[in-house]
Amino acid sequence: MHGTFDSSDIDAVIVPVRHFSYRRVVLGRFMRQPIAMTAALILLAIVLAAIFANVVAPADPFQTRVARRLAVIGTEGRWLGGDELGRDVLSRLIYGGRISLSMAVLPVAIGLFVGGFLGILAGYAGGRTNMAIMRAMDVFYAFPSILLAVAIAGALGPGMMNGIIALSMVFIPPIARMAESVTTQVRSYEFVIAARLSGASTGRILREHVLSNVAGPILVFASSQVSVSIIAASGLSFLGLGVSPPYPDWGLMLSALRQSIYVNPWVAALPGAMIFICSVCFNLVSDGVRRAMEVRR
Amino acid sequence: MSVTFSAMQAPLPPIEDRGGPSQPLLIARGLRKEFRLADGLFGGRTVVHAVDDLSLTVNKGETVGIVGESGCGKSTAARLIAGITPADDGEVVFDGESFWTPRTRIDAERRRAIQMVFQDSASSLNPRMTLTETLAFGPRAHGVPTAVARTYARDLLAAVGLPPSRFAERYPIQLSGGQRQRVNIARALAIRPRLLILDEPVSALDKSVEAQVLNLLVALREELSLSYVFISHDLNVVRYIADRVVVMYLGQVVEEATSAQIFAAPRHPYTRALFASKPSLDPRRRIEAPPLTGDPPDPVNPPSGCRFRTRCPIAEAVCAAAKPPLAAAAPEGEGHKVACWAAQPGSGHSLAPRPMGALQ
Amino acid sequence: MNALARIISEGSGAAPSPMLSIAGLNVAYRGGAGWTPVVRGVDLALAPGRSLVLLGESGSGKSVTLRAIIGLLREEGARVDGEVRVGGRDVNAMAPDELLKLRGNEVGFIFQEPMTALDPVFRIGDQIAETIVQHRGTSWRQAMATARELFDLVQIPSAERRLKAYPNELSGGLRQRAMIAMAMSCDPRLLLADEPTTALDATVQIQVLLLLREIQKERGTAMVFVTHDLGVAAEIADEVAVMYAGRIVEQGDAAQVLLNPSHPYTHALTGCVVQGSYRDHRLGELAGAPPDLAQLPPGCSFAPRCARRQEDCRLTDPARRPVAPRHDVACLHAADLPAGTAGGR
Repeated sequence: MHGTFDSSDIDAVIVPVRHFSYRRVVLGRFMRQPIAMTAALILLAIVLAAIFANVVAPADPFQTRVARRLAVIGTEGRWLGGDELGRDVLSRLIYGGRISLSMAVLPVAIGLFVGGFLGILAGYAGGRTNMAIMRAMDVFYAFPSILLAVAIAGALGPGMMNGIIALSMVFIPPIARMAESVTTQVRSYEFVIAARLSGASTGRILREHVLSNVAGPILVFASSQVSVSIIAASGLSFLGLGVSPPYPDWGLMLSALRQSIYVNPWVAALPGAMIFICSVCFNLVSDGVRRAMEVRR
Repeated sequence: MSVTFSAMQAPLPPIEDRGGPSQPLLIARGLRKEFRLADGLFGGRTVVHAVDDLSLTVNKGETVGIVGESGCGKSTAARLIAGITPADDGEVVFDGESFWTPRTRIDAERRRAIQMVFQDSASSLNPRMTLTETLAFGPRAHGVPTAVARTYARDLLAAVGLPPSRFAERYPIQLSGGQRQRVNIARALAIRPRLLILDEPVSALDKSVEAQVLNLLVALREELSLSYVFISHDLNVVRYIADRVVVMYLGQVVEEATSAQIFAAPRHPYTRALFASKPSLDPRRRIEAPPLTGDPPDPVNPPSGCRFRTRCPIAEAVCAAAKPPLAAAAPEGEGHKVACWAAQPGSGHSLAPRPMGALQ
Repeated sequence: MNALARIISEGSGAAPSPMLSIAGLNVAYRGGAGWTPVVRGVDLALAPGRSLVLLGESGSGKSVTLRAIIGLLREEGARVDGEVRVGGRDVNAMAPDELLKLRGNEVGFIFQEPMTALDPVFRIGDQIAETIVQHRGTSWRQAMATARELFDLVQIPSAERRLKAYPNELSGGLRQRAMIAMAMSCDPRLLLADEPTTALDATVQIQVLLLLREIQKERGTAMVFVTHDLGVAAEIADEVAVMYAGRIVEQGDAAQVLLNPSHPYTHALTGCVVQGSYRDHRLGELAGAPPDLAQLPPGCSFAPRCARRQEDCRLTDPARRPVAPRHDVACLHAADLPAGTAGGR
């Protein structure tokens, strides 16, 4: 009797299949976390406002009006006050999102690609390749991230492009290290060994087996770095190493307004508040995603 | 309804037999592997001799069981043979042709001749791939078009007893342990190997499922004329499936014989103790004294001479002095080899048989 | 009165009050939609000094039943109904501090993985002494001396040196012994063991089993032992209770249950074991897999896999009934089995 292959009885007793997509499950779990959801909505609002700044902003962010210099919050036409040149702070905050958020997200995105690539390569290859790549990363790791960014930006000179390059250099090593450690782990899993045994090329194994299993953790880690990046980016601008005036940028605004902190403290605090809110929200969102991706049984 | 492998249109050609029926399918010679562990602050190194001078022959259609306790090197041995872990020394000959040596890499096309099935675990299947994707991967890597490979994958599922209509699009997390193990077997067979190395394939399964998987393995062995290297710590399972048994202790082979020989008359004291430790299944005939005391020693510092001597009930001075060779056990004839001074004529061990000359 | 309680009171003239009695235990966990039952109406009784093996496959509810005995389940968010009495006292009615006292003083627990019970950053001897001081209030010096005695009891060689070792410095077998020493530290009258030998090598497993048997004999400790391994059950059990899908389907004297199984599930399980089978004999096998506890089939939950099922099996969930003295079975057709009530003793 070849009964082994006849499994008509298996079905009666096994868990009914719930066809689900992994992404939908993660999304569902994410949406059930009220704090992370709130943070995500706040971020979404800020990003949308920045993208559609020309529609949303009540005034031209570059237009100066001497009469409204350091106007208090609630002044007509300057609802969130005026800055040291009488420009509308609300509009500058909205427009500032464009530069500040790009300067925060772009370096992490670059770090994600470069660091992710290097880390996966190091983790999968192991041995000497791993040593060479990871020791090179360690050199950068030896410096505190802000200090490193300042040093590189200082060497390259001010400007938005240089700021982004400097910050990217900062985020490559930690992301590479993270990618290396998860890849090393995945590489030891039996399904990767089975793939190697099947004679598949390394490229194919990396693409089809490794990448899908390491992408999640690396992405989550990278997204948590955005909250650091936003502070570092603002820091560079604050020090005059990032965006140059008159472009609206939260760090730059903070730097300019800090001199009026005794005259109009609330207005001066606003760009700082934006940086703070975005940083915290990015952190909460990435935390929420991480929690949603956790394997639960 | 059942699809069998023989009726299936496999998109990959079979691997031709070259050496003929008397040529062993696999010959592994002198395999050796040390793992160096960086130890301590000052770079002191400790060396674990995971596998020490292992030789193994698998004939065509034969199942060789490798038995031993945790840390005896049986899983490392499996990975060495398959060429997944590079060996320090030794070579593997497959059907008369070199499979690997420490200096040559395995040819991608020839590699598919030896596949492995691992113990069922969460990481034995890619959690992000459906079963179809998992089973189609190997054939695709060998140039089979995706559409063909996916159809083939569904046939494979059917052949291991998982109806594709219900299982093809499932993810591993939606399977039970026994079902996952069926997929593991199908994945290994997808690229038509001639030798399967099964590393504790049923150890994580419940007993009733274990029987299902063992029956499947036996049926497939006959249908596809496969050879198996079957690694297990469970003597009952090995006795059931293996033609020949190799017993390992701390990285070395201590006894090798046909299943019938070794279960009828184990010669090495370790093999005897291992057999005697097997619970009886009869509450009225229980084991009254432990056959062995203590745990296996640390493989970092194995005992000198015979590695088993620290736990051996019949150890003598000669056992500490030198490592006993794996040699033919005296009275039995062919095929029964044991590495024990007490079984070597003229070894100086008080239980050793007299040398042939002295007998006459 | 349930069959087993009757059996025990019949067993000896002066009926010993049971060390452990469980009546109508139901446990459910919160699952996808609503509650999923994992233990369904378990009745048990265990006399002092006896050992009972809960035998079953993964998901049968055996470990959950074990954890219910020391009241761990509520803390895990499970819904627990029924009565669990240890030494006559109802565990489900105990206050948290009483439960803690129960766990240390009267009931010892051995896990599969010793590292879950041993703290890696403290020396083993200190951990055991600490437990003794906490539960018995003795001096540290006295506690250390007791720890030393316990190490002798569990046959750990070079006890002095091992007491000073950290858990990760010991081999698997020694760690398991150390955990048994810890469980025995307050001289419990009931020992609960959850697959304590599953992770051990064969030669070490039998040592630990023999040790437990010896301790039981020496100290008169009752024991509930959870395993999926029939061989282990045969080595350690006075009585065996076979669990399937949250129920006890067969219970009785170890030799009776293991050698003359009456329930088709137990029968199939013993048939699955590769013991003594040789090549090319097809193994008896149990088709399919255990049911999804969230969607149990109507009637007997084993019916879909049962080789001897009949029409009525899908209609009635069979109650336990005696088929022989000290042997009861939850199967409508147990009497029809070829093996079974035939005098096994």
